[in-house]
Amino acid sequence: MSKIIVKNLVKIFGDHPEKAIKLLKKGYSKNKILEESNQTVGIYDINFSVNEGEVFVLMGLSGCGKSTLLRCINRLIEPTSGTITIDGEDITTAAPQAVREMRRKKISMVFQGFALFPHRTVLDNVAYGLEIQGITIEERRKKAAQVLETVGLKGWENSMPQQLSGGMQQRVGLARALANNPDILLMDEAFSALDPLIRKSMQDELLSLHNTLNKTIIFVTHDLDEALKIGDHIALMNNGTIVQIGTAEDILTNPADDYVEKFVEDVDRTKVLTAEGVMKSPDPVVFLRDGPRVALRLMREHGISSIFVVTRERKLAGILLAEDALQAVKEHKEDIKGIIISDVPKVGVDTPVIDIIPVIADTKFPVAVTREDDKLAGILVKGSVLAGMVRRGNNID
Amino acid sequence: MTKLPIGLWVEFIVEWAQIHLEWLFDFITMIIKLLVSGIETIFLAVPPLVIIVLVFILVWFVANRGLAIGTAIGLFLIQNMQLWEASIETLALILASTALALVMGIPLGILTARSDFAHKLMMPLLDFMQTMPAFVYLIPAVLFFGLGQVPGLFATVIFAMPPTIRLTGLGIRQVPAELVEAADAFGSTEWQKLVRIQVPLALPTIMAGVNQCIMLSLSMVVIAAMIGAGGLGTEVLAGLSRIDIAKGFEGGLAIVIMAVILDRVTQSLTEKRKIKV
Ligand SMILES: Nc1ncnc2c1ncn2[C@@H]1O[C@H](COP(=O)(O)OP(=O)(O)OP(=O)(O)O)[C@@H](O)[C@H]1O
Ligand SMILES: [Mg+2]
Repeated sequence: MSKIIVKNLVKIFGDHPEKAIKLLKKGYSKNKILEESNQTVGIYDINFSVNEGEVFVLMGLSGCGKSTLLRCINRLIEPTSGTITIDGEDITTAAPQAVREMRRKKISMVFQGFALFPHRTVLDNVAYGLEIQGITIEERRKKAAQVLETVGLKGWENSMPQQLSGGMQQRVGLARALANNPDILLMDEAFSALDPLIRKSMQDELLSLHNTLNKTIIFVTHDLDEALKIGDHIALMNNGTIVQIGTAEDILTNPADDYVEKFVEDVDRTKVLTAEGVMKSPDPVVFLRDGPRVALRLMREHGISSIFVVTRERKLAGILLAEDALQAVKEHKEDIKGIIISDVPKVGVDTPVIDIIPVIADTKFPVAVTREDDKLAGILVKGSVLAGMVRRGNNID
Repeated sequence: MTKLPIGLWVEFIVEWAQIHLEWLFDFITMIIKLLVSGIETIFLAVPPLVIIVLVFILVWFVANRGLAIGTAIGLFLIQNMQLWEASIETLALILASTALALVMGIPLGILTARSDFAHKLMMPLLDFMQTMPAFVYLIPAVLFFGLGQVPGLFATVIFAMPPTIRLTGLGIRQVPAELVEAADAFGSTEWQKLVRIQVPLALPTIMAGVNQCIMLSLSMVVIAAMIGAGGLGTEVLAGLSRIDIAKGFEGGLAIVIMAVILDRVTQSLTEKRKIKV
């Protein structure tokens, strides 16, 4: 279900947006428009939708309009035209009172520079959103303390924000945003000011929080690794417009234009990284001589719906699906030779990741990774390839 | 070229106000008299020694021991010079005019921070108010309020208010944009944003404005005495007119003592409130 739908959104900075729009329709560039009409095009003709509970990433170079777009969604910036529909309601026409209510209950924001209030304790920073809703001091502090605990800052309640490290300050920022229990989190380069190691752990933490809390998150970044790692969908922006929207795989495999391609090129490891670097261990496997019962038990134990079958020398024989194994058990068959699928997608250990991605995209099975002698070395599943790439990427920097 | 009758215009406006705004001036007079005499009565009702001890404790509490001791010595000296009553009169005038200047200046400062239009309108006016020689304010003050404490206070307020407006506005404009944005993003009303975020963060700068306001009020003491505001200024003026060096110097010394005490106390209040952003 779409939580947020953005249609034809435009933001022009300046006193005469209509001039800029006229020039935009004629196909003038952003710089030319600034020269001619003294209007800055922030974003132009933006269309996308965000599903409930997903992480949607806005990515692009500095000045491409990411922050502008993000701030239109909670109306910190008034869009020039277009609509933003949240839970079926167009918020671009909402009255100030309704906007305030929406910011208090539904949408919270996390800032690049943390934006913690320096004159308030950590606890009272987190409680701020509740405080302005008129919630009593005991209640809001209790709630704030709980949220602080979930971000791992128990014991820091009475510190001042300046006494905390950058990573901890941003946890406070995250806690402050979560304290109102909003449906939607807007995060503007929330981790960009952190050093790489802290940044990675914050990404992991955000993902695990996201799994438990199930918020809809719009996350702005200019970092492709970050986008690939956390984004369910990624929108790539350039010069105020969206040039491509898709999953991480879509963007890596089918860059829409040169701009995207250039962005993606920076992920050099898709070329240098090979299957061996991103595969998972092949366990469990069944041997050809094993019966369908053994196979079924292994699949059940590991919670998987298919299993690779190997010969005694651990050469790849094929894949066995749970449903076929179940059928065989019912029919009292003792042998699995007849029911395995031998035509399985496979790649060599040295295959570059860039070539693996299309293979993965094309199949509904895991992909087998084999050595020269056809022995099964590992398996690849969709998520693990991307995760592996990002993991590697972070180790490199 | 013919001379523009600027002076005449102002005279006309002042005369018009004298006639048509009499009720307003009467009202202001009443308030000011109440305020000043209230403060005076309270301070004069308490024996000087008790006041000195209380101030000593207060200064120690808000600042430090050294300043507290210095303050006590200074106050004893004033008492010893038999300028206690005059000093209280001056103090009442300063406190009342500072209070009025703050009550008007801080909201005006906030207004200039929030509206670019108000800012553009106010800044030249403040420049004007601050560069115009203080004596000039005495004329309309006397015309509106006659002689005495009230016109003295009126002139003092006009003279002392500009830095409060300026520094309040500056302090609020200096609050980092990201913090203001954060306050908005959580759904603060304008008022909540002002009192919970902007004013607290601007407080060190606002306090610097308060400090300047008090200092400027003190600098008006002698001038205001020319129109009968009384207090230490009268002592100094008397010394001047009779070429009585001793009297003039003692009055001046008492003013300096008060200035130093008030300055250091308000400054240490400011220091304590400073927050690293
Ligand atoms: N208040 C404003 N007034 C005028 N122009 C603005 C304003 N805010 C942003 N812009 C312009 O709009 C464009 C988009 O800015 P925006 O801040 O959204 O970019 P961004 O993608 O977030 O960049 P960054 O990665 O540097 O944060 C830029 O050209 C910027 O100069
Ligand atoms: Mg930005």
